Amino acid sequence: MYGLGLVKGLMVTAKNLVLPSRMMTVQYPNRKVGLLGLSKATGVPLPKLLLKDPITSVKSLLGMAEVKESLPQHPRFRGEEFSWYEQRCTGCASCAKYCPLGIIEIVTSESGDQMQEGQKYHLDKFDIDIGRCMFCGLCVEACPYDALHMGSGFEEGTYRRQDLVIDKRKLVSAKKTPSTWFRPQLASKKYDPHKGKNVKWDGAGRHEKPSLEQQQEKWAKR
Amino acid sequence: MTEILILRSGFDFNGIYGFFDEFMPDSLDWLVFLITSLILAIVIINAVVLSTALLTWFERRLLGRFQSRLGPNRWGPFGLLQPIADLVSLLTKEDTIPEGADKPIFTLAPIVFLAPALIVFSVIPLHGGSFLGNLNVGLIFVIAITSINTLAVFMAGWSSLNKYAMFGAMRAVAMLISYEIPMGITVVAVALVAQTLGLSDVVLAQDIPYILVMPLAFLVFITAASAEMSRTPFDLIESDSELGAGYHTEYSGAKFALLQLTEFMAPIIVAALVTTLFLSGWRGYGPIPGPVWFVIKTFIVLFGFVWIRASWPRLRVDQIMGLAWKGLLPLSIINLFVVAIEVFIFNPGENGLSTTDLWIMTGVNWGVTIIAIFAIFNLLGQSKSERPVPVISPLANMYANTNTVKKITDLAEAE
Ligand code: SF4
Ligand code: SF4
Repeated sequence: MYGLGLVKGLMVTAKNLVLPSRMMTVQYPNRKVGLLGLSKATGVPLPKLLLKDPITSVKSLLGMAEVKESLPQHPRFRGEEFSWYEQRCTGCASCAKYCPLGIIEIVTSESGDQMQEGQKYHLDKFDIDIGRCMFCGLCVEACPYDALHMGSGFEEGTYRRQDLVIDKRKLVSAKKTPSTWFRPQLASKKYDPHKGKNVKWDGAGRHEKPSLEQQQEKWAKR
Repeated sequence: MTEILILRSGFDFNGIYGFFDEFMPDSLDWLVFLITSLILAIVIINAVVLSTALLTWFERRLLGRFQSRLGPNRWGPFGLLQPIADLVSLLTKEDTIPEGADKPIFTLAPIVFLAPALIVFSVIPLHGGSFLGNLNVGLIFVIAITSINTLAVFMAGWSSLNKYAMFGAMRAVAMLISYEIPMGITVVAVALVAQTLGLSDVVLAQDIPYILVMPLAFLVFITAASAEMSRTPFDLIESDSELGAGYHTEYSGAKFALLQLTEFMAPIIVAALVTTLFLSGWRGYGPIPGPVWFVIKTFIVLFGFVWIRASWPRLRVDQIMGLAWKGLLPLSIINLFVVAIEVFIFNPGENGLSTTDLWIMTGVNWGVTIIAIFAIFNLLGQSKSERPVPVISPLANMYANTNTVKKITDLAEAE
């Protein structure tokens, strides 16, 4: 009948209004919470919250309280800050050679270390210009020593382009929460970078770190 | 003390005038008049602008929920300070006037647009009387004042020297004038049943809300009114996807803020009018005072407007004109005739129609409404109407016979 479609349309929007499950907005980076939501988000039971922090409780009743909201993410997400382990890196510069954009700049000098296994170089410079990076991950695939991993974060906004170049100092001091992309050793351990646990250099490799006896055995064979 | 006195004498023009007149000499009558008018103006403007600001927030939050979004919730409690942020953002923007625009008219248009909206509020009865006292031709006053808006829209569109603004203004004039007619006829029907033209007398006459007595009039009025205030589904005046922004394409800064303010004020006015004419105004039950009833009813109507805006798509130009002339005009005339015959039969005396009469009218009018709407829309319905055959524009083949085209085609043939 003429006009029935109009009523149907009204019903659709009415359902949107009434059913909270239809809301699809994710509030990021902060989520507004009510009183119940606040006690749920902070894990503090409601009466304790009222006693301990009355100001925030009143604010939450007025709809002014916020809690941090992080978006759900897969552990294999290829994020921005690369995780790089200086202890593992030999300065072979495979990553720099494989990068299609040529944005990894490596300058090495002889260090006289580990001569028997092939030279381990001293890294004078290790710059990645993530302002031009496309996060293809080829550099990570290329690294033979599992020294370079994709990162897990994405909140890297800066005011200047130069700030997007991450140099050796930044790489060393950055949080070591590598993405498990192309790193089955991390994935098989069910490692999730978004839980915030750091991975040490000796836990990031493809093989277990050899024990002292194994190492000595190996040296004896030579 | 002062407030009590003013309240007791009624917060309207006569009350305030009488209050100041008591301790002023007769020679200063003009001053009393001035003070009274200023107080009234300040009260009305502040009340209306504040409620409009609230409405923008209400509408945006509600629209958000209707479309499974959140709406503004960042600034202040529940986002309530959002209108202030918007206002600051609008007022700090540069106020540009396009080159070649008709400057005086361009500047005047927002003011002409805003003033009638404010004036209408002075006669809407919140409780017993309105701000201007009990105006005995309130209905005519409202209809007359609101039609000025059409002029303002056309002024804005014409003076800004922009084709989109001009299109918007032309559509506005065509549409607003068409919808004024059914709206006027329904108002005549209301006046006929209430046996008065004063707005507060109309409320007093509503022993049964007129939405029950004259559902047809209510439907026609609310449709025509939402076209008058050019909201979805009738917002083709400023249809953003076709015309940029319609008549206010060229406006910015404070002038744009004024236009926008009036646009958001229109739903409040219409809702208040609908409440007065069809929902029995301030009359309610129990201990809740009259003005609260009025506000509650107004909010219900506003909720309906937002709901409709969130759900329905915009009509095409020809559909809108068709609805006005082929749909609403016959319906409003049918309503007027039926009501007139009924009033003639019941022949009310001094006291107007009795409640029994109104109940009988209710029964008859519901039947008439259903039959009339069914008949009209079956006549208008999709199956009966034929799409006009598109006519090829003479401009489309403008170059068909010129030499250039011939040369090019000749070349192609030669190859
Ligand atoms: S992710 Fe791709 S583009 Fe970025 S540095 Fe590595 S190889 Fe280069
Ligand atoms: S490929 Fe790996 S080991 Fe070689 S320089 Fe790059 S990060 Fe270091």
